[in-house]
Amino acid sequence: MITAEEIKGLIEAGLPGARVQVRGDGHHFEATIHSSAFAGKTPIQQHQLVYATLGDRMREQIHALSLKTLLPE
Amino acid sequence: MNIEDRIRKDITENDVVLYMKGTPQFPQCGFSGKSVQLLKACGAQFKGVDVLADQEIREGIKRFSNWPTIPQLYIRGEFVGGCDIMTELYEKGELQKLVAGAKV
Repeated sequence: MITAEEIKGLIEAGLPGARVQVRGDGHHFEATIHSSAFAGKTPIQQHQLVYATLGDRMREQIHALSLKTLLPE
Repeated sequence: MNIEDRIRKDITENDVVLYMKGTPQFPQCGFSGKSVQLLKACGAQFKGVDVLADQEIREGIKRFSNWPTIPQLYIRGEFVGGCDIMTELYEKGELQKLVAGAKV
């Protein structure tokens, strides 16, 4: 089982400088991510960037991840 | 017909297609259920494709859209997103505009 903390670490590693909050119960997670990498991208592209940082875990370990992608405040 | 052709045919022949777990009548996952409710709230006619009934579609649609989760919404052949993006678009009043006049 994957933890919210591990997901946070993976997203931060894949999107340097991002501010990441993750909550979850081992199966369903909610993440809020602020990153300058989202600038000029559509919501789909922003979510794809985040999914890419999680790779195969997204298929195998994470049942559901609700995403909120935002630019840095 | 290979899986990509089947998907392309579905999203071309129907203006609004929701790839989901379960059916619009009986969704098998909260996110799929919420997506159905959002489309209904927009008064949209749509085709639901149950990925649980077809493992090939379930994996195929993830590759096709480069998107790892279900549900997935297509409008007029364009990938719109999953449940989170649908919710955002609905709250901004944009989902209603996207599905206006759509036919299945």
